[in-house]
Amino acid sequence: MSLSIQDLKASLEDGTEILKGVSLDIPKGEVHAIMGPNGSGKSTLSKVIAGHESYEVTGGNVTLDGEDILDMGIDERSRAGIFLAFQYPAEVPGVSNANFIRAALQARLAEGEEIDAVAYYKDLYDKMDLLEMDRKFTARAVNEGFSGGEKKRNEILQMLMLEPKYCIMDETDSGLDIDALKVVAKGVNAMRSPDRGFLLITHYQRLLDYIKPDHVHVMADGKIVKSGGPELALELEEKGYDFLKELVPA
Amino acid sequence: MPAHTLPQWFTDRQATAKERYENLPMPTRRDESWRFGNLKQLDFSGFQVADPVDADALIARSEGLESTAAKFVFVNDALVSSESNLPDGVICLPLAEALESHSDLVEAHFMKQESRLGSAKHAAWHEASVTNGLFVHVPKNVEVDGTIEVHHWIAGANALCFPHTLVITGESAKVRVVDIFRSADEVSPGLAVAYNDLFAGQNSKLDYIALQALNEVTRMVQVNDTSIRRDARAKAFVLNTGASWARNESLSRLEGSGAHSDMLSVSIPAREQEYDQRTFQHHVSEGAYSDLLYKNTLYDDSKTVFSGLIYVDEGAHQTDAYQTCRNLLMSDRAEAHSMPGLEINADQVKCSHGSTSAQIADEEIFYLCARGIDPARARQLIARGFSVEVVERLEDEGVEALVLSFVDAKFACITNGGA
Repeated sequence: MSLSIQDLKASLEDGTEILKGVSLDIPKGEVHAIMGPNGSGKSTLSKVIAGHESYEVTGGNVTLDGEDILDMGIDERSRAGIFLAFQYPAEVPGVSNANFIRAALQARLAEGEEIDAVAYYKDLYDKMDLLEMDRKFTARAVNEGFSGGEKKRNEILQMLMLEPKYCIMDETDSGLDIDALKVVAKGVNAMRSPDRGFLLITHYQRLLDYIKPDHVHVMADGKIVKSGGPELALELEEKGYDFLKELVPA
Repeated sequence: MPAHTLPQWFTDRQATAKERYENLPMPTRRDESWRFGNLKQLDFSGFQVADPVDADALIARSEGLESTAAKFVFVNDALVSSESNLPDGVICLPLAEALESHSDLVEAHFMKQESRLGSAKHAAWHEASVTNGLFVHVPKNVEVDGTIEVHHWIAGANALCFPHTLVITGESAKVRVVDIFRSADEVSPGLAVAYNDLFAGQNSKLDYIALQALNEVTRMVQVNDTSIRRDARAKAFVLNTGASWARNESLSRLEGSGAHSDMLSVSIPAREQEYDQRTFQHHVSEGAYSDLLYKNTLYDDSKTVFSGLIYVDEGAHQTDAYQTCRNLLMSDRAEAHSMPGLEINADQVKCSHGSTSAQIADEEIFYLCARGIDPARARQLIARGFSVEVVERLEDEGVEALVLSFVDAKFACITNGGA
């Protein structure tokens, strides 16, 4: 049981190839981290898995527990168990956070089934408490006027509520101070389980002090150029991304 | 209403208005106040005043707020039901009755202003033809908790009616009135030529909410005239979800310093519905505040026109006036015209006006879909949120829920997701 990416190639509408054959297997129960410099394609990888329509998949495939997801719509992939924590979450004016998350949960129910409001709010409040989020965030419009840190916490809140099978976190640590990072890590660590896989995309090793990965991959120029254990992140931190030049043929 | 019960001043006014109506020319393409408007919609031949029908059934269907301070049901302008639990001193009567019992008070406030936003002829028609409506007077220092809810039904084929709402608040008084316009069935053409006069006395609070959910073979002209005295706060809100064509003209006159006017509107046209809205924020006095927010969500082949003017009189210094019209285009074929305007004849004035037209951003849809919400529902949630931002300005939970129930009913009947 894994999220399996095989030789994935994707291009922008103008034909520019961003992913040049990425292969990665994320079994349930494991945390994988992808590190890499800006422009290496790591955010694109997360968006392509989620189904973003700006990218055209030109080769390879992605399967979720054996099921091909590339033919699924964005919403179907989410319901199948993929969760993308956005680097830049959108603002949705006039839609309260509580109603938004409720709509997402409702979308997972069969026709005619309704969410139990009392249980829903209890669950929501418990998880907000874990993330040290003020109750007022339930009534506020989704991400509107939220600080960078509040937006990231809100992503984790949604992840906690939707209980996906695979969590892809796109630079969730970027722009967070250390206190916010610890809270976010607490949320993620609370979700670690043998039934769930994680893909952390990050530019900084610091995140991995708080969320310990099982495997670390280095991405450069649209490909994974090196894989290893947690020590690889430290090596990268020490040597800087310049050391990748040795790994990528010019 | 039998003629002998009417005060002389009123029959005189009606006679003069009839003459004026007959003499005023029909609007033409050259009239600035009808720019982008659809003049073909002004052929009102074939409609006639009708007796009320199906009153009992319509009373039963007159559901609105969970609780009300008073509730009136009109069918084709005839009062068919009323209940009231208002504080002492409040006069809340059918206009026909108030003309007899409070003739002077009605005379002092009834249609005192010249119509200046393009529908002078139709205002004259209304004045000449009005038979009933609601008259509300809240005396000094009396606050009405809760809301006065008024249902206006148009019933029968080609029925014509002239709903009128006249609301006056005395000093430091407070009241909220909701007018709900609906058709008895979905297939009978109708026409409503409505007028509302709102007078917010010094330091008072007056909220007026009009919900237009007529059937899609009915047309409506509604003229709103609001006068706001010193330190008073008035809100005039209009929702358009129904009618084949609706024209709203709304004028707010700020007559004292500290006067505050909120002019709000939500319109959700679909199919071939057209809404044509003209507004005027008239700053007569210095030191007053007005804020207009009109939002249109356009589906299919629908069309909206917004033309607004902020007018600051000479001497109306320290004016704060804002005007925003936002259009959310849910279809490539929908058409939104916006003509914001400003005319300032005073100093130290803060004014801004603007309009935007946009489609839902792809990134917003992606975000909602990435949470498992299907694209059609995602678009609907975003569109609803767009309207909610205006509705929240009503600052009353019950009324907001009522307005949103009409908004949701409209979205429910837009089945194609607007794509």
